[in-house]
Amino acid sequence: MPTDVTSGAGRAPAEPGPGRGRGPGPGHPAPLVEPPRQRTTRTPRSTRGNFEMYGWLFMRVSGVVLVLLVLGHLLIQLMLDGGVSRIGFAFVAGRWASPWWQVWDLLMLWLAMLHGSNGLRTVINDYAEHTATRLWLKALLYTATAFTVLLGTLVIFTFDPDIT
Amino acid sequence: MATAAPDPGAAQPDAVPVSPSPGANLMAVTFRIRRFDPEAAAEAFWQDFRVEIDPKERVLDALHSIKGEQDGSLTFRRSCAHGICGSDAMRINGRNRLACKALVKDLSPQRPVVVEPLKGLTVLKDLVVDMEPFFQAYRDMLPFLVTSGNEPTRERLQSPAQRARFDDTTKCILCAACTSSCPVFWNDGQYFGPAAIVGAHRFIFDSRDEAGERRLEILNDNHGVWRCRTIFNCTDACPRGIQVTKAIQEVKQALVTRRL
Repeated sequence: MPTDVTSGAGRAPAEPGPGRGRGPGPGHPAPLVEPPRQRTTRTPRSTRGNFEMYGWLFMRVSGVVLVLLVLGHLLIQLMLDGGVSRIGFAFVAGRWASPWWQVWDLLMLWLAMLHGSNGLRTVINDYAEHTATRLWLKALLYTATAFTVLLGTLVIFTFDPDIT
Repeated sequence: MATAAPDPGAAQPDAVPVSPSPGANLMAVTFRIRRFDPEAAAEAFWQDFRVEIDPKERVLDALHSIKGEQDGSLTFRRSCAHGICGSDAMRINGRNRLACKALVKDLSPQRPVVVEPLKGLTVLKDLVVDMEPFFQAYRDMLPFLVTSGNEPTRERLQSPAQRARFDDTTKCILCAACTSSCPVFWNDGQYFGPAAIVGAHRFIFDSRDEAGERRLEILNDNHGVWRCRTIFNCTDACPRGIQVTKAIQEVKQALVTRRL
């Protein structure tokens, strides 16, 4: 190994800047763009591991499955056999009496929610500048996702057609 | 660089026999340049320069003309001036290009031609940016041949097909036009960036190299290839015509197929 690949290669430690792309810093007159890949103590540790790869794969696979599920769902709900006019409590009750449609809707719920949440997670990672902002936005996102997924799952499995 | 005429506007027409008279094909073009001098002022500002120039000349010729005749303090990098050294990448009319390959006539010279430093890297002065973070990401990729065992007594042989596998990514000149055109890099400079991934691709798919696995592991990071959103800005920006996004996708594909 001819070179030390992790060091900053003799760069002077840059003064702490106010952040990327935001105005001149106190000690630096330049419109400061904090140098990327500068290794400071605040630099987050790299997270090697396959999580991002599985996330990326999940987006592709769930996207393809969702196209089929959602198009099928729209076809049944809106077009076939009277379409939207026959949707009502009885219609939903009738469909969820069959495990096939329960699984269909469950898959659609889980895949759509996780697909959307993972998409928003990448958007937050890309655009939230402060660590704290990123943390809060993601906490909100995960809470909302967990709530929706769990509530939906509960309803699909405990749905009572005889409710008064 | 010996060929740069300090006064291309006036010097060139003599060399162009088709022009009916000297200066007949000159055009007054305004260059709107992003100026910044940390020793003079804290703020960057725009400055307009009018240059009489043959539209078939390049932006670099105009910069030379401005520096030589109007304002010697204008600062920019250039070395070979022929699109190979990768020194003079800058943002011209909102797109990353090499100033030595961008012809004035292709830039709607009726309107001011806007010249800015590369985005996402710290501006040091005028059009000069700090390239060190860019090179750091490149170095992280182990951009050199890694082999094990004894050195062979003859060349490391490779078939034309094996060579063609990574031919596209050998063309990189490290100008940073791709990395500094990437919106993900603008927002999170910890992303390795297209150029580093191109550099890794060049060795990952080289049949002679043995550290492909290590490079893939480095790029499996959350700041690695998975940050790529296939925006294609890098492919559009590359002055060497490298299919940058395709190379990144091939690295993703290699990761998926080798990990699963």
